[in-house]
Amino acid sequence: MARLTESNLATAHEIIARYPRAKSALIPLLHLAQEQDGWVTDEAMRQIAELVGVTPAEVLGTGTFYEMFQFEPVGRYLINICGTMSCALMGADELFHAAERVLGIRAGGTTADGLITLHRAECQAACTEAPCLQVNYRYRYRITPTELEQLIEDLRSGRLEDEIPPHGTLATVRQHIPADRGVGAVDPDDESGPPSWVAVSVKEGS
Amino acid sequence: MGTYPWAPGFIAGDRPRIVTSRFEFEDSFTLERYLATGGYAGLRAALAKSPSEVHDQVRASTLLGRGGAGFPAGVKWGLTPEGVFPRYLVVNGDESEPGTYKDRLLMERDPHQLIEGCLIACYAAGLSRCFLYIRGEMALAQERVAAALNDAYAAGYVGRNILGTDFGVDIVLHWGAGAYVVGEETALIESLEGNRGMPRLKPPFFPAAIGLYGKPTIVNNVETLSNLPFIAANGPEAYTAIGTETSPGTRMVAVSGHVQRPGVFEIVNGTTTFRDLLYGDDFCQGMRDGNDLKAFVPGGGSAPWFVADQLDLPFEGRLVGAAGSMLGSGAIMVMDSNTDIPSAALTLTRFYAHESCGKCVPCREGGTWLMRILERVVAGQGSTEDLDLLLEVGSSICPGDMPHAASAELGLEAVPFPYKMTTICFVGPSAYVPVHSALTLFRSEFESRVTPSRPRVRIPVTAAGGGA
Amino acid sequence: MSEAVEITINGRTVSASKGELVIAAAERAGEYIPRFCYHPRMSSVGMCRQCLVEIDTGRGPMLQPSCMVPVAPGMAVDTESETTKRAQEGILELLLANHPLDCPVCDKGGECPLQDQAFSHGPGESRYVEQKRNYEKPIPISELVFLDRERCILCDRCTRFADEVAGDALIHFIDRGNATQVNTYPDEPFSSYFSGNTVQICPVGALTASPYRFKARPWDLEQVDSTCTSCSVGCRISVHSSRDRVLRFQGVDDDDVNWGWLCDRGRFNFESIHSEGRLAEPHVRTADGLTSTGWNSALQVAAGLISDAIARSGPASVGLIGGARGTNEDAWAWAALCDALGVTRRDPQLGDGLPASILGLPRASIADAAAASTVILLGPDLKQELPVLHLRLRDAAVSKRTRIIEFTSTGSGLTAHAWRSIRHAPGTVADSVAATLADPDVAAQLAAGPVVVVAGRADLAESPAFTMAALDRILSAVPAATVLPALRRGNVVGALSHGLAPSTTTDTATAILRDAAEGRLEVLILLGADPLVDHPDADLARRALAGAGRVIAVDGHLSTSTREADVVLPAAIMGEKSGTTANLEGRVSRVEQKVTVHGTARPDWMIAVELASMLGHDLGVGSVEEISARLPVGVGGIVTVAAPASAEAPAPSVPLGGYDLRLIVSRVLYDSAVSTVESPSLAGLASGAGLLLHPLDLERLGVPTGSAVRVTGPRGSVVMSVCADDRLQRQTAWAPFAQPSTDGVSGDIREVIDAGVAVTDVRIERL
Ligand SMILES: Cc1cc2nc3c(=O)[nH]c(=O)nc-3n(C[C@H](O)[C@H](O)[C@H](O)COP(=O)(O)O)c2cc1C
Ligand code: SF4
Ligand code: FES
Repeated sequence: MARLTESNLATAHEIIARYPRAKSALIPLLHLAQEQDGWVTDEAMRQIAELVGVTPAEVLGTGTFYEMFQFEPVGRYLINICGTMSCALMGADELFHAAERVLGIRAGGTTADGLITLHRAECQAACTEAPCLQVNYRYRYRITPTELEQLIEDLRSGRLEDEIPPHGTLATVRQHIPADRGVGAVDPDDESGPPSWVAVSVKEGS
Repeated sequence: MGTYPWAPGFIAGDRPRIVTSRFEFEDSFTLERYLATGGYAGLRAALAKSPSEVHDQVRASTLLGRGGAGFPAGVKWGLTPEGVFPRYLVVNGDESEPGTYKDRLLMERDPHQLIEGCLIACYAAGLSRCFLYIRGEMALAQERVAAALNDAYAAGYVGRNILGTDFGVDIVLHWGAGAYVVGEETALIESLEGNRGMPRLKPPFFPAAIGLYGKPTIVNNVETLSNLPFIAANGPEAYTAIGTETSPGTRMVAVSGHVQRPGVFEIVNGTTTFRDLLYGDDFCQGMRDGNDLKAFVPGGGSAPWFVADQLDLPFEGRLVGAAGSMLGSGAIMVMDSNTDIPSAALTLTRFYAHESCGKCVPCREGGTWLMRILERVVAGQGSTEDLDLLLEVGSSICPGDMPHAASAELGLEAVPFPYKMTTICFVGPSAYVPVHSALTLFRSEFESRVTPSRPRVRIPVTAAGGGA
Repeated sequence: MSEAVEITINGRTVSASKGELVIAAAERAGEYIPRFCYHPRMSSVGMCRQCLVEIDTGRGPMLQPSCMVPVAPGMAVDTESETTKRAQEGILELLLANHPLDCPVCDKGGECPLQDQAFSHGPGESRYVEQKRNYEKPIPISELVFLDRERCILCDRCTRFADEVAGDALIHFIDRGNATQVNTYPDEPFSSYFSGNTVQICPVGALTASPYRFKARPWDLEQVDSTCTSCSVGCRISVHSSRDRVLRFQGVDDDDVNWGWLCDRGRFNFESIHSEGRLAEPHVRTADGLTSTGWNSALQVAAGLISDAIARSGPASVGLIGGARGTNEDAWAWAALCDALGVTRRDPQLGDGLPASILGLPRASIADAAAASTVILLGPDLKQELPVLHLRLRDAAVSKRTRIIEFTSTGSGLTAHAWRSIRHAPGTVADSVAATLADPDVAAQLAAGPVVVVAGRADLAESPAFTMAALDRILSAVPAATVLPALRRGNVVGALSHGLAPSTTTDTATAILRDAAEGRLEVLILLGADPLVDHPDADLARRALAGAGRVIAVDGHLSTSTREADVVLPAAIMGEKSGTTANLEGRVSRVEQKVTVHGTARPDWMIAVELASMLGHDLGVGSVEEISARLPVGVGGIVTVAAPASAEAPAPSVPLGGYDLRLIVSRVLYDSAVSTVESPSLAGLASGAGLLLHPLDLERLGVPTGSAVRVTGPRGSVVMSVCADDRLQRQTAWAPFAQPSTDGVSGDIREVIDAGVAVTDVRIERL
């Protein structure tokens, strides 16, 4: 499966509709595709290109600029170990080597069973809780090599399946703007006057 | 004292709090709790006034931007060209500056406060649509803000006819996909347009004039906007009563690295000193294991380094600038006496080299070059000539004097911030800053690492032939 | 020129125009600031940083990329300060850090801005001892273009061009930072009609074009400015040759016409100058077919045929078709010959254009169109037929200067940028124009400012009278509107304006062929014309060449029609002769000879002069210069035609009816035109014959896409393979004109077209 499912396609259209210009939905749609398949497939990129009205090359160009999109299959769990300043000062390297040892893979690799992929990551905005890591972008703070071994054990045993959805899923709640509540997106070229409340206050003012 | 499992790293302390006032509640992110603790009172107060009156309040509060540049929000809102519409609000929630940890907490713990801030900004500055850009790696923050927006829409706080008035604005949750540079406001806008997050040159692309879709756009940081409900509800006086005249209110600071008690604090702006933060009992309580302080980065990875000489500086932009660095995004990274300085510098340089968007040659090529040389030096394969080469390559990114701290021990005078640059944004220079700071303040540590001059490999730049 | 702004450059006061960029103002003032990413015809991105200079706007000198900063009053620019020099040298060293320095084997070596810059300002040696970026050496990104990512300096010129100018964003930056590369989407090649421009604007040797790779070193090249005559846009070019062979065309920036751009057809069909199919000497038909002979005997035979015909049946028994491939001088000479003989039957078009009367209407220039507030498109898809005009109008629409209203049966390359794109079935355009003009929004738009109508032949299976009728309606509704004739052939406007226009409707090519077919024409002269391939009515053309008493062909190549001729006179072609040409505006520009003519071929004008003298007439000219001197308008001027030649009466609409499908036949860029077929690099690019229908029509007819069908029309029937295309309207079918049969199934759609029938309704049945 690579093209978006019916329900994801509906979601895609809802996302596109929020933006004054369809291309703005490009990154959210790449996330949607990655949530569906665990990585971003060729077919998905072609479909997204159609959906937002650009060429596949433009989708690839934007997609490859960003760290999070995977263009080859990755494990169900992607472990990102932060290696930037604060974590480095607090022992990120030992942590990373421990991970490589326990998983038997190097940075960028995936375990033979296809369950876990290991990446070096940059600052995760948890610097006071160093060293830290993310599993599918769920945090683990002030983690020691031993705790890491336990974590990997829990992932393998499936103990964390409820807490940590498969790679690609970020927020488990989506924004939904009810039709009767939303103001709606207008193409910037078709909207030239001040917004109503300003217009009103300007009148009052004068 | 004042720490909560649901707000990892946050330490309340016995201080006035504006943006973290609800952190002790485990359910602080829910609409119920928000309303029960004075939520949306600021919005009601604002809607009772005219947009320009609200704008004046924000001007009067001298609320300084918390994203790094420290530009007054009220002034920024005034920079949009007369009568040009639509105008947009883009919320910068891309927090990724090394050492920085505050916006994520604000989004995870108090999303409605941020939403209310966005609404007040849109009302006051006549912004007809708001895009709330959250860093891609922050799944929980995205979830909390999405849920909060859904509740706020349902309850009539966001969308059409807010609170029965003719004020109406959509807040669209947008999320990134992992690129530090996208935190830079023009790159953020490119990214929001579905493009590679490559910064635009200012001028001409000042967002306030030519921003999202080429229209006037206000870009504000999450923490900046989170201050607005308080200001709107209690008036600018209540805000300026805290802090100093030039740096009023509070601000969030994350102190990480080799301290006893790393943490995120909401501190009184302008008065708190670095010594308070690093050694104070209700702050970090000194170096770990009682070690000595070697150096600290005062304002996020991009900031030139400080040493003990600067400990008594208050957390005040202009003073820190004069002392040779910047406050940036309220992130302090502390290195104790056991720190290997060349490796520390390399970690930061590697970060900026890796995060280069690739647009400017000096950053794309120079950043990586600096990293490669530094890697050699750290691995003990560098030569003394490499140390000079580091500075020469660096001067192709930042020509002229580089800001740095004063050091009594080394007999160094401070060179004030900022530096000259050959690049569009600060990523390029930031790859050089740690190299320069480290080499200036700790050159001996490098020299003990390198072997005296290695014969230089000379490679002709162009093969013979050709030429015009 | 907009208002002036005073600035100082290196202490000198210089006057620049408001909004002008510092880099441009400095260049005009003689201070060349080095640059790689800046290009005057594209938006600035400030990427390479090579153009950094110190600019003082009152807040002290600051390093700024001069390609991004517009001039401001009182601004002081220093392009020579220490800081400026240091910055530029630093950038250069960094640019070279990852550059392979393979200049000796690089096509760009010798004309490479990076190489030159390195020589004049370079550090001399590199301190970069790290591993350089490496990529697989040149990879083909299309049939015509190769990309060497190691040489690429990521200036964003090619990618910006593809996106901004051509609108084919098929190449793009991929990956980030130090790993950034230019590339296409996997298996989606950079097949743009304009890809060659990226090769020309690449500031290093990263992009190379297959027709030129390893052919020459720049220092061996001689060059001369000329004009491309592949179509009637008349782009200015520089012809580069070495050892008497043309090796490439480069676009020359002409503000009125092409802004430096070329289409790939025009850029690469120079290959046909030296192709196998060239005619080296005259031929005369003998018992054993076409036999080569000397000029004298060939001309004598030709003259004999003509004089006999006239003696026997009068000048009306002689007809001349063609002349649009030649120069104005060629046209003048052949017109003079016809006048001398009393031959009135001449037509440079091949039943594929519009009545010459269109040249009598108030005319617009390309610049007028690109500046008009409204452009009405009443003709072919410009991207297919007049590609660089398409670029100019696309730019006008994209930059919101101009609103485009297009009337089309198929949609076009400009549909995406059109303010209104209105579909009609062949034979009904006048009605849809009338309906549209009645729309108050449209009326308001047309009243808002200058209106230019771009009028051409949209459909070769439909009578041009419908277009003329629609044009009438527009001009009577908007009397102030001007017309840009979208006639396609290289110098068709020049030929029509220099005496080769048919004077009555019975003198048109189709009328001439009809007479020939019915045995009423003694001599048919083909002046660089190939009706067997090029006339919409294949059957008529075939019968005409069979039925004509004698056929005299003057041509550069041995074309299908030339093979049928009795006398074949080899002609010099573009690149081999000098003179002037007129583009669709009527703008006169030079074409220059760069290489010696092939074999004993001669320019058309000379052949006319010699034929004339053999027929006892002295045209009074002995050189091309003498002819040029007699032409009404010189280089740079615009030729106009005084009295409109009489036109056919506008035809009433023919509404769709019955279960038939109405056929649309139009040209695509790469077809069986001799200059394309004879250019190896282009020949393979033709889309190939075939038929497209709306999917619902296919469904209705129970014909699966891809299957073979028999298409039966007014003239005859032909087998075609069909495909579905939902951009078409119901009840219409589209086929590209003059395409080779690449699928082994499809025949020549012209077989069903009857030039005498107003619209071509066809019936299709599955085989
Ligand atoms: C390289 C770079 C990275 C930045 N990253 C961030 C960021 O992560 N979050 C942020 O709010 N501002 C960031 N900024 C600052 C923004 O450009 C912008 O100044 C700020 O968001 C404006 O909001 P404020 O006025 O409320 O501070 C960054 C700037 C640069 C040059
Ligand atoms: S400095 Fe670096 S990150 Fe910033 S715009 Fe230039 S290349 Fe991009
Ligand atoms: S030419 Fe100005 S930055 Fe490249």
